[in-house]
Amino acid sequence: MPEQLLFAMEVTLNGLMAGVLYALVALGFVLIFKASGIFNFAQGMLVVFAAMTLVGVQTGQIPFAHLINTIFGTKVHHFGWTVPTILAIIVAGAAMVFVAWVIEKYILQHLIGQPDIILFMATIGMWYFMHGFAPLMWGSEVMKLDVGLAQGINETIDTTTYNWFGYGFFIDNLDIVAAIVAALLVTALVLFSQYTKQGRALRAVADDHSAALSVGISLRFIWVLVWSIAGFVALVAGIMWGSKSGVQISLAEVALKALPVLMLGGFTSIPGAIIGGLIIGVGEQLFEFAVGPLVGGATQAWFAYVLALVFLIFRPQGLFGEKIIERV
Amino acid sequence: MFYREAGDFKTSYRDDNQTFPIRLDRAGYWIALFVAFCVIPFFVNDYWVNSIFAPFFIYAIAALGLNILTGYAGQVSLGTGGFMAVGAYACYKLMVAFPDINIVFHVLIAGGITAAVGVAFGLPSLRIKGFYLAVATLAAQFFLVWLFNKVAWFYNYSASGQINAPERSVFGIVVTGPNTEAWAKYMICLVFLVGVAWMARNLTRGMTGRKWMGIRDMDIAAEIIGVNPLMAKMSAFAVSSFFVGIAGALFFAVYLGAAEAGESFGITKSFLVLFMVIIGGLGSIFGSFAGAAFMVLMPVLLKNVLVGTMGWPTEIAAELEFIIVGGLIVIFLILEPHGLAQLWRLTKEKLRLWPFPH
Repeated sequence: MPEQLLFAMEVTLNGLMAGVLYALVALGFVLIFKASGIFNFAQGMLVVFAAMTLVGVQTGQIPFAHLINTIFGTKVHHFGWTVPTILAIIVAGAAMVFVAWVIEKYILQHLIGQPDIILFMATIGMWYFMHGFAPLMWGSEVMKLDVGLAQGINETIDTTTYNWFGYGFFIDNLDIVAAIVAALLVTALVLFSQYTKQGRALRAVADDHSAALSVGISLRFIWVLVWSIAGFVALVAGIMWGSKSGVQISLAEVALKALPVLMLGGFTSIPGAIIGGLIIGVGEQLFEFAVGPLVGGATQAWFAYVLALVFLIFRPQGLFGEKIIERV
Repeated sequence: MFYREAGDFKTSYRDDNQTFPIRLDRAGYWIALFVAFCVIPFFVNDYWVNSIFAPFFIYAIAALGLNILTGYAGQVSLGTGGFMAVGAYACYKLMVAFPDINIVFHVLIAGGITAAVGVAFGLPSLRIKGFYLAVATLAAQFFLVWLFNKVAWFYNYSASGQINAPERSVFGIVVTGPNTEAWAKYMICLVFLVGVAWMARNLTRGMTGRKWMGIRDMDIAAEIIGVNPLMAKMSAFAVSSFFVGIAGALFFAVYLGAAEAGESFGITKSFLVLFMVIIGGLGSIFGSFAGAAFMVLMPVLLKNVLVGTMGWPTEIAAELEFIIVGGLIVIFLILEPHGLAQLWRLTKEKLRLWPFPH
């Protein structure tokens, strides 16, 4: 087999894995958009915040240590203990539920009935708020996230492909774990929304707010629930992403790439988010591989957005989105 | 008591439609212009110009541009930073290629080039609406910044990848480069700002502006009553990008002096200008000024109080700035979705009644 083709195959596989990460972030967007019609720009920041909280709790950091030190002239840093990973994940999950509750109670409650675009801008405000709040709480250095996931090159794939093609593929173990976790997460979400009472209520709200209200479903509860689930999904995405590249605030900007993923897949479709993520992941890797060297590289910065833009011109509702019907 | 319109009679439609219908407002406007042009230039020093006036004027131009697109025509854009970069790099290329031509023309042509780029990126807005468009404008943001970083022609193959403004002058007065006097910087920004604001005000209160607002309120309905959506949306993108391009050109040539696309015109710049427009008030000329002033002054104030007075590290001040700005955005959207401009309007209403409550 020609070498170029092998490289391309490897790039495609790696792209698929990167796409899983985008899809994980996009999933949180879709959940919130379906349930409340809110386009949550801050999802990427939730991912970062969740990951930071996890690392902070795990390593026993004192929240706001920097601020406390500055105000009181103390020199506190750590509690001096480390928390077991499972417990830290639970604490971080609880923190995300708390964030969801705060957002619902103090922001969304007051914005009911406002135009969608106002809600969108409010989430940009939240993005900004957390951009300052997260590093203030946990410090602004790059944090190392280690929850014991397998890392490094997968030997089995390397040797197998070497035996087949005479060229070993480099696939990170972590990416494989991420793909499995994403699959599990989606399955769990589907099961939850199909077979539990809350899940059915959630789908009812997504279908029609007022009809759901009239049969006695509490909108407030559903919104807290869906933001909590989105927070939990963000935590999972944060764990995967953080294990891969360390946790820092600039991760949120990478997570913005979930937006073109959504546009491609359609804002309301969970399968759309997954498939969109994979398309973007593979597309940008292949484009960088094929065209990147000709134009100076680093095309990943914009390829996803331009692809989504071009795609939308031909199909404004995305791949799996609901048909947009406009009435006067 | 003082803020009254008693005796202020309007006898023609022209009078009725003027920008400042109350005499006191008109007086205030002329006084503000007089102070800005004839008093402040004699007293400003480098610190005031570089940390307050120049950024305020330039951001006000950008905010006016974005307000026309988002506030008047209802097309949310997150690509302002990218369009400012177009203005800056176009201005740079022109300044270097045609050193004999007056810089004012360079800035204007840079604005024109940005307008063309803006229209190109605005074309999808005919099919893509709302959030989808907001995300699509991110494509402009990331693509343009990447372009200016990677294609060496744009920064004339300089080793650092930066662009540096050469020294240029207007009527023999140096306005760009390191030897610029503070007042010259101040004046050139002010002149552009006044020109842009005058254009914006007159465009938005005429037929063009009403078409934009029709498209904003409901594009299908506007189309049915005879507004051409193509012309309305494209003109909004063109005018908006023209202003943003001017702001970008001034930001680079006059204010910064040297710029690098990713650093000076990144996505944070887009957000910053968007926040100015939201905090100031969507669909308001005065709001663009108020928002720009607020967002320029607040960090300066925070820095002076926290870092200067209390001796806190700059890092914490920067983080607090994010928190305060984000919090303010949310608070404004909850309490007063129409921003500072609406607060000002309410204050004026109250003042007209004061001290009699009825």
